[in-house]
Amino acid sequence: MATKLPSIDVLLIGFGWTGAIVAQELADTGLSIVALERGQWRDTPTDFAPTFDQDELRYMWRHHLFQKAPSETFTFRNNQNQTALPIREWGSFLPGEGVGGAGVHWNGQAWRFLEKDFAQKSHNQQRYGKAAVDGFDMTIQDWPVSYADLEPHYDKFERICGIGGKAGNIGGAIQPGGNPFEGPRSREFPNPAMEQTYGPALFAEAAQSLGYNPFPQPSANMSQPYTNPLGLQLGPCTYCGFCEKFGCGNYSKASPQTTILPVLMKKSNFTLKTGSTVLKLNLDDSKTKVVSATYVDHAGQEFEQPADLVILCAYPFANAQLMLLSGIGKPYDPKTGQGVVGRNYAYQITSSVNVFYDDKLINPFIGSGALGMCIDEFNGDNFDHKDLGFISGGFIQVLNTGGRPIEMIYVPDGVPKWGAAWKKAAAQSYLRTTTVATHGAVMSHRGNYLDLDPTYRDVYGRPLLRITFDYTEQEHRMSDYLTDRAADIARAMKPREIKVNKRTGAYDVAPYQTTHNTGGTVSGTDPSTSVTNPYLQSWDVSNLFLMGAGAFPQNAGYNPTMTVAALAYHSLEKIKSTYLKNPGPLVSQVGR
Amino acid sequence: MRAAAAAILLAVTAAGASATEQEDRGKYLVQAADCQPCHTKQGGQPWAGGLALDTPFGTLYSANLTPDKETGIGNWTPDQFYRALHEGIDDQGHHLYPAFPYNYFTRVTRDDSDAMLAYLKTVPPVKQASARNDLTWPFSMRWLMAGWNLLFLKEDTFKPDPAKSAEWNRGAYLVEVLGHCGDCHTPMNPVGAPKSDEAWRGGHIGDLFAPDLSANQRIGLGSWSTDDIVGFLKTGRNAHANASAAMGEVVEQSTQHLTDQDLKAIATYLQAIPASAEQLTEAASQDQMTLGKQVFDDQCSACHQPKAQGVPNLFPPLEHSAEVQQRDATTLIHVILTGTRTASTDTAPTPASMPAYDWKLTDDQIAAVTTYIRNAWGNSAPAVPVKDVAALRKKLVQDKPPA
Repeated sequence: MATKLPSIDVLLIGFGWTGAIVAQELADTGLSIVALERGQWRDTPTDFAPTFDQDELRYMWRHHLFQKAPSETFTFRNNQNQTALPIREWGSFLPGEGVGGAGVHWNGQAWRFLEKDFAQKSHNQQRYGKAAVDGFDMTIQDWPVSYADLEPHYDKFERICGIGGKAGNIGGAIQPGGNPFEGPRSREFPNPAMEQTYGPALFAEAAQSLGYNPFPQPSANMSQPYTNPLGLQLGPCTYCGFCEKFGCGNYSKASPQTTILPVLMKKSNFTLKTGSTVLKLNLDDSKTKVVSATYVDHAGQEFEQPADLVILCAYPFANAQLMLLSGIGKPYDPKTGQGVVGRNYAYQITSSVNVFYDDKLINPFIGSGALGMCIDEFNGDNFDHKDLGFISGGFIQVLNTGGRPIEMIYVPDGVPKWGAAWKKAAAQSYLRTTTVATHGAVMSHRGNYLDLDPTYRDVYGRPLLRITFDYTEQEHRMSDYLTDRAADIARAMKPREIKVNKRTGAYDVAPYQTTHNTGGTVSGTDPSTSVTNPYLQSWDVSNLFLMGAGAFPQNAGYNPTMTVAALAYHSLEKIKSTYLKNPGPLVSQVGR
Repeated sequence: MRAAAAAILLAVTAAGASATEQEDRGKYLVQAADCQPCHTKQGGQPWAGGLALDTPFGTLYSANLTPDKETGIGNWTPDQFYRALHEGIDDQGHHLYPAFPYNYFTRVTRDDSDAMLAYLKTVPPVKQASARNDLTWPFSMRWLMAGWNLLFLKEDTFKPDPAKSAEWNRGAYLVEVLGHCGDCHTPMNPVGAPKSDEAWRGGHIGDLFAPDLSANQRIGLGSWSTDDIVGFLKTGRNAHANASAAMGEVVEQSTQHLTDQDLKAIATYLQAIPASAEQLTEAASQDQMTLGKQVFDDQCSACHQPKAQGVPNLFPPLEHSAEVQQRDATTLIHVILTGTRTASTDTAPTPASMPAYDWKLTDDQIAAVTTYIRNAWGNSAPAVPVKDVAALRKKLVQDKPPA
C-alpha cells in the first residue's frame, strides 16, 4: 500500500540534464518542485575525483556510472519475426543512471542540428521527390519547431556549458575557420576551440587538400577557465582522455554537476529524492489529467506523490516505458501504422577508418572527448543526393577522445586478435595510429519501434521495454558512402596503411556504437503521428510534459545533447509564459 | 550644545527603532560573530546547540540559543545576555568556558548585545537540553575560570581609536570583537588564552593551522590587495587562495553575508597589522625534493597547474602561496590526507574540491610533496618530517570513528 504524500506543484521524473534544466528554470517561479531519481546522488569529489576518475576498468568495462542492467534492462530484436531477449550487459549504447544521468559520462560533443534537419521530410521531398522520403518504409516527418525557434535556446545552453568552438555562421555571414554549413548563430561561441593535437591536425590538412572545410569540434570540455551565467566555474581541460564513460574530476566538462546543481540544490523550494524509481503515473477518471506518480524507494516502500504538473525527464526508453505502463497515448502498432507511443524509434550509424603511420607520433593519450577536427560536407542535405539512393548523412572527423589502454588499441588488418604477434603490433601501433570516424543519421522506419515486452519483467514486476530495430538499406548506403569519403581523406593523410571498418549486416546490440537513442515519444503538430505537441506537452494529458530525445521525429547526423537542451528551454519558455498562468492544452487539437 | 542634541537624537533613534529593525541588526551581528556554526550540531535544529567542541581539556557542548524557556535562552534578560558576552557568566551565575570566545565578545557594545538577543528570541524555539561537558580534571571545575578570567579576561567595551579612520575602527570592531578572528589566527598558550605577543602569527584550530594574517609579504596578507581580501571573504576564493574547512565555514555562514563596506573595513584593519618576523628555514633535503616533485607532477599538477600557478578563483596557486609556507604544515598535511572542499557561496557556488590522498600516497610521499610545495618555485618553509604525517594520519584516518 503506497503512502500518499502531500501534493506539490511540479514533479520531475529523472534527474539528468533535462531534470536539472527544468528544475533550475522553474525554481525561480517559487513553485514547489520535487525530482525523483532512481539512482544515487553523485558529485565530483565523491564519485569521480581526479585520484581515481581515469579508472578504465571500473568505469568503462564494469559500467560504474551506467544503468544497472541486472535490475532494469530492455529486450532487443532486429525485427518482428524474432523473439526479443533481454540485454544483460550493455554494449551498443550506455544509458546513464544516478544524478546527472548520462550528462556525467558524455564526451561533450556539442552540436547544433542543421536548419534543414528540422524540415527533414518536406525539404527532401521537395528536392528529390516523394519516393525519396517514402522509400525503405520510412516514417520521417518534419519537426514541429525550426532551427530559428531553437537558436536562442541553443545559445543559452552553450553559455551554461561554456562550449568552445569556432562559429561558421554568425547572423548569415560565413566565418572562416568555422562550419560553413551550420545555421546562423546569434554570436560566437562563449569559449575558443580546444587546442588541436597532431591527429586532428593531419586530418584537417588532408581534408583541406581535398577541398573540404575542416573546423574544430564544438566542445563542452573547457578550452580555458570559464564562469557560466549562474556563477558556476569550470577549470581548463587537462586533455587526460577520459571523458566518454567517465566523470570529470577536474571540473572541466560541462555536466549538471558542474553547471547547474550547486546553484539549484540551495533553492529551498526544490527537493531531490534519489533512490526513487517511478512505477507508474496515475490518471484521473477523465484520463486527461495525471494526478500523481507511484514510486518505490530503495527500502522497497511505495509512495504516491500527487502533483499539479508532471514532467518526464528520464532517458527516451524510460519515458516511453512509463507512458506505456501508465496507459497514456495510443501504443504504436507497426502492422497498422496506427498509434504513437513507441513510434519512430531511431539510432545512429557509425563507422571508422584506422590510419597507421610509421613516421608520425600521434600520442593519442593526449585527448579529450570533444577534441578534434570535423567536416560537414556530407551531413544532412549539405550535398547533392541525386542518384545516390539515400537521404541524409553525417559528419566525418578525427576526434582524439583519448588513448585508453584497454579500449583504444588499434592494429592493422591481418594481425591476430591475441598473442605475441598482437602484442608486437599493438606496441608498434599505439602511438602511431589515429582514426577517422563517421557519425551518420538514422531515419525513422515503420518497423523500428518500442513497446512492452510480452515475456520479460524487471525487478519491480513491470514488463521490460522491447526495442525492435535494424538498419535498412537507407542507412547502409548512407554509411558506406560516408565511409568511402572518410577513406579518401584517410589516404590523403599519407599513412603507411589504412583499415576500413564499415558497418555491415544487421544492427548488433553488443559492440559499442553510440548512446544516441531517439524517438518513441515524438513531438509534432499532428496528434495522429506524435505523442507531444511542439512544446513537448502530451496531446492526451495536458499537465504532462516529456523532455528529451524521445521527441526527435528521426535522428540527425549529430550528437543530440544540445538539441535536447534547446527543446527543453523552448518548452520551458512556453510553460512559464503561458501554461503556468492558464494550465491546459497549449495547442488546440483541430478536428480530433 | 550640539553634542547634547546629537546625544538626544541618538537616544530617540535607539528608542524609536522598531523591533524589526533591531532584530534585523541582531541577525546581521550574529552572522558577523559567526555564532550559528558552533551553536548548531550537524543535522540538528538551527541554534539548538549540542555541537561537541573538542578542546585540549576535553569535550564541550555548545548551548541551546533558541528561545525555548526551559532549555534555551527564552527567559534570559538583556542584562543576563550582556553579562554572558561581557563576563563569561551565564544566567545562573555559572562561569562559561572560553571555547565560547567571551574574551573577544566582552567588548561588544551593549546596544549590539541587545540586538543579538532580540534576534535570537525570534528563531523557532527547540526543546533540547545541552549535553554535559566531558572535561578532564581540573578543567571540569567551572570556578577555575574565575582565575582564568583574572589572568586573561580584560573586561572592556569597544571604543574607537580617534587617531584612526572610521573604516579602520569599524574593521577593528569586526575583526577583534565580533569576528573573534584571533581565536584561530593567534596562537594560544597552554590554557587556551591568546598569546598577545604573537598576535596574528597563525594558530592551531583542531587539526588545522590557521594562517598568519599579518602584513608579512611571504606568509601573511602582505601580497593581498584590499579587493583580494574582500573577494576572499565574499566569494570564498580569490587569485591567491580558497576558503575551505574551518575558514570555508566562516565564509559560508558569516563573511559572505556582510556588506561590502564592512568587508572593506575588515581588509583595512587586517592590512594595518604589522608584518610578523621572518624566520630562516634550512634547505630541505634533495631526496625529499626529488620525490616531492615526482608526486606533485603526477598527482597535483592537473588542477594546480604544472608550474603551480593555479587557476584563479578555482584551484589555488601553490607558487608564492602564503598558505603553503606557514611555519606549521598541519593544514597542508590534513588536506592532502582527507581532501577538502571550497566554500560554496551565493556569489561563487562552485564547491571546487581537493580529493583525499590518504589511500593513495604513503607517509613518505606526503611528507615529500608537502616539503616540495613549501620549497619549490621560490617558496620557503620548514621541511615536513614523515612522523608528522604518520601522526596526523593516525588521528584523522586510522582512529577516526566510523561514520
